[in-house]
Amino acid sequence: MRIVQADEITKAVRAQTIDAATDLEPDILDALLAARDSETSPLSRNVLELLISNADIASREKIPLCQDTGVSVVFVEIGQDVHVEGILEEALQAGVAQGYEDGYLRKSVCDPLTRVNTGTNTPAVIHYDIVPGDEIHISLLPKGCGSENMSGLTMLPPSAGIQGMIDFVVELVVQAGPNPCPPVTVGVGMGGTFEKAALLAKKSLLRPLGQPHPREDIAQLEQQIKQEINERGMGVHGLGGNHTSLAVHIEPFPSHIASLPVAVNIQCHAHRYKKIIL
Amino acid sequence: MSLLRYTPDLFGDLKSIDLPFTPDVIISLKAGDLVGLNGYLYTGRDQTHRRFEALLDEGKALPVDLKGQLLYYVGPSPAQPGQVIGAAGPTTSYRMDKYTPRLMDLGLIATMGKGMRSIPVREAITKHKGLYLAAFGGAGAYLSKCIVEAEVVAFEDAGPEALFRFKVENFPAVVINDAHGNDYYEMVKKKQN
Repeated sequence: MRIVQADEITKAVRAQTIDAATDLEPDILDALLAARDSETSPLSRNVLELLISNADIASREKIPLCQDTGVSVVFVEIGQDVHVEGILEEALQAGVAQGYEDGYLRKSVCDPLTRVNTGTNTPAVIHYDIVPGDEIHISLLPKGCGSENMSGLTMLPPSAGIQGMIDFVVELVVQAGPNPCPPVTVGVGMGGTFEKAALLAKKSLLRPLGQPHPREDIAQLEQQIKQEINERGMGVHGLGGNHTSLAVHIEPFPSHIASLPVAVNIQCHAHRYKKIIL
Repeated sequence: MSLLRYTPDLFGDLKSIDLPFTPDVIISLKAGDLVGLNGYLYTGRDQTHRRFEALLDEGKALPVDLKGQLLYYVGPSPAQPGQVIGAAGPTTSYRMDKYTPRLMDLGLIATMGKGMRSIPVREAITKHKGLYLAAFGGAGAYLSKCIVEAEVVAFEDAGPEALFRFKVENFPAVVINDAHGNDYYEMVKKKQN
């Protein structure tokens, strides 16, 4: 049994929170560079150039990439052979709160009814998985709500089939238009139950950008949906061109014979995430 | 100018515009024009608008005169020591749609955010010969460099949702809805179909 101190977790999450807000991961930056190089609209190419410049400034000067530094979504995989000395939930929440305070990040979390800001950007939304081993993996996804608000879920009849799923995803992204800050990453949870589909859609955003799903039929569907979205020509920020979506990630899960839930979680081009291992 | 250091060739064809807009300038701008804004503007987002509405419902005056002004939908991140402002890109505009026609009736002439506006807002823009511009979402660090002064003028307790007054220099934006009834997002969609 390995022992990890709670304050060690807090310290690590604090640093992770600040890094995530200011530093794009290399796979995201590469995708933006590749999009710029193959963009057909001169205006959109200029905007992509601006976004790349933005990432450069943010990283060097530690200014948030986007003022919407998001609600912190945290995926924790806890090895079953780890013992946390202290209270894990409190340690994680404290790390997030300290990161927002010390990193000059915007605190955007408020009570749903009174709309009064909690003042700390907590509570973070935390999902736990218990896994084999003696490590703790913490993936942090600060989620901006311009894109989160454009997400959606449907309970399709199984008769809708593959075409029904494609249509739902493509139409949702096209109807969202410029609102979620395209070029977007489209996370799709397919199957499971109502809540499982939504969770899978969010989780799929943690996959390295554009890495195809290992199942070949799913990988093909990802490509097909991405192509159909991009053929609609909405483009970067809705200003036209061939990059509305950088990637489509689908995570399937078996569902009830009567059911076909499909959840779509849209992520903006400022796709921020960081993973740490303790 | 700090921007030049990063992106020498970016937006070389920005049409330089002084704020507040004059009626002539507004009429001359067309959907799809790329502008670089210079001068003073006000900011506000969800909470700011709820407070505007509450004041107006009580028959009270707004804390600033919005007549002829540009209202920018932004909730900036806090400034670090030595900075004018933190990241300060646009938020999604449709959430302000409910309030915009009333504010335009009171003289607000232009708004700036990102994303599509409702039909009533578009009608108000045409009726008042106003403008709606899109700034570049997710470019908050870059845009912070285009803001040379920032002060809170009302609702300080609302934090990022306070009403700020910014002075901007060469702040890039695209005209989406012009005074002539055009909508650039619709034009892009039509071009594709």
